Amino acid sequence: MASTISSPSPRWLDQITPWLVPVAILASWQAAAQLGWLSTRILPAPSAVLSAAWSLAASGELLTHLKASFARAAIGFAIGGGIGFFFGLINGGYRLAENLFDTTLQMVRNVPHLALIPLVILWFGIGEEGKLFLVALGVFFPIYLNTFHGIRAVDASLVEMGRSYGLSGWSLFRQVILPGALPGILVGVRYALGFMWLTLIVAETISATSGIGYMAMNAREFLQTDIVVVAILLYAVLGKLADVAARLLERRLLRWNPAYAPV
Amino acid sequence: MGVIDSNEIRALTGAPAPGEARRSGVRIRFDGLSKAYAARQVLNDVNLDIEPGEFVAIVGRSGCGKSTLLRLLAGLEQPGAGGIALDGEPLQQTRDELRLMFQDARLLPWRTVVDNVALGLPGSRADVRRAALAALADVGLADRADEWPSRLSGGQRQRVALARALVHKPRLLLLDEPLGALDALTRIEMHQLIERLWLAQGFTALLVTHDVAEAVALADRVLLIEDGGIALDLRVPLARPRERGSAAFAALEDDVLRRVLQHPPLEDEPQPSSAVSFGQWRWAA
Ligand SMILES: Nc1ncnc2c1ncn2[C@@H]1O[C@H](COP(=O)(O)OP(=O)(O)OP(=O)(O)O)[C@@H](O)[C@H]1O
Ligand SMILES: [Mg+2]
Repeated sequence: MASTISSPSPRWLDQITPWLVPVAILASWQAAAQLGWLSTRILPAPSAVLSAAWSLAASGELLTHLKASFARAAIGFAIGGGIGFFFGLINGGYRLAENLFDTTLQMVRNVPHLALIPLVILWFGIGEEGKLFLVALGVFFPIYLNTFHGIRAVDASLVEMGRSYGLSGWSLFRQVILPGALPGILVGVRYALGFMWLTLIVAETISATSGIGYMAMNAREFLQTDIVVVAILLYAVLGKLADVAARLLERRLLRWNPAYAPV
Repeated sequence: MGVIDSNEIRALTGAPAPGEARRSGVRIRFDGLSKAYAARQVLNDVNLDIEPGEFVAIVGRSGCGKSTLLRLLAGLEQPGAGGIALDGEPLQQTRDELRLMFQDARLLPWRTVVDNVALGLPGSRADVRRAALAALADVGLADRADEWPSRLSGGQRQRVALARALVHKPRLLLLDEPLGALDALTRIEMHQLIERLWLAQGFTALLVTHDVAEAVALADRVLLIEDGGIALDLRVPLARPRERGSAAFAALEDDVLRRVLQHPPLEDEPQPSSAVSFGQWRWAA
């Protein structure tokens, strides 16, 4: 790069350097745990975490909890995202709908959805509905706001062109307005996925009888710090996977856009 | 030299006469057409007849109402008073006979070039694609059919827009400064392309332009809009293909230019003709 002072290093070195620090940290963590400097109650050795993950996977327990969490995330996302998308579309497309709903939605938005947890527990107990409700609420607003602004940002001259070529109603929406709003909508999807995991973590940690959060809380009671760490790492991996999926979706759906085109 | 009309030119160039193997152009009649935006009277009692297959250029100072006239014809605006008749019938909202080409190409960036040309074409996928490819070949871009519009140059995009308009076999083509953003060389190439396709297809053409040379090069008739009305209606008696260098061409161009400049410029800032208020584009609202 032009901005660096040193002479260029070989390619293989460039690829290895970013991993040196993480590997060093892991190694010293392992060493500290083995030498007894680090209590396993505070932080078990990486090898212990790995073997805990392995035995959880082998017993099938991991898969059960993973499935439960994943199902909650997916269903909550579908419900909240679907409703948000619907309101984004009609409020973005019709002035009447915007006047009718937008102020109300903006007021609800000011309430942090996690603040509703005590109320949600009163309403739903610790059943599934409460967690789905929270996840749905968490993803609703990013999808709603970005769909709304995506629709509003559609190039008016393209819409006029579409009309003058005989498009109207559904065909105009499908061929011009929706694709024009898609970059905005996908930004909403990315944000919503972040909110989805965050909400799920909190909800499962507070009240659940299955899922990764439950696994972590259960392990805490028995002082199984290794399993707690496994749960935390799982959430990180799931979050990363969701982000990668959203990126792939953007690459695919927005491949016409030079900003997203694969190089 | 006598006035040579477009039918005679077609006979000379061997293009089919109107009605033979293709639909002829549409006849246009403006009848006391008026249009005002708020307090500003843009067009005032315009009366005009345009023959089928005629190529008419419209010139005038910025903001004089040229785009407004085309937008009224395209049904994108409603007249305040008076009316427009196409072939004797009152203008309806959207008509298949008519296609509009804008100053910017307005291609949908999320559709490939060929799918842009196919926009709004009825028929089976295969038929639509075949027709779109043929139209692209007409403008010399068949080899770019499956690319994204963002990969094309400005002139190429306008050629795609031209193909998109002509694939519908319109009987009236409205051109609102379609070449304004192109360089001089590309413009001359586009003139030849438009003239060739017009001769071959026989549609009526209305071209709004700032470029008097362009008007003289292409049109059978040059109209000047001033103070809301037609201030000049001039036939261009030059044989086609026209030679830009000829003395007759230069004299005519000079005449029109002088006539346009006689009028003082409009004092208020012209608005971009593509400005649409938000309410207008709201789909299905
Ligand atoms: N939607 C609108 N609302 C209000 N005024 C408008 C609107 N569209 C056009 N006008 C006004 O009408 C007048 C004529 O506009 P028009 O776009 O027809 O001009 P034009 O002759 O095409 O100008 P140019 O050569 O700059 O494109 C201008 O004064 C413009 O400000
Ligand atoms: Mg204009």
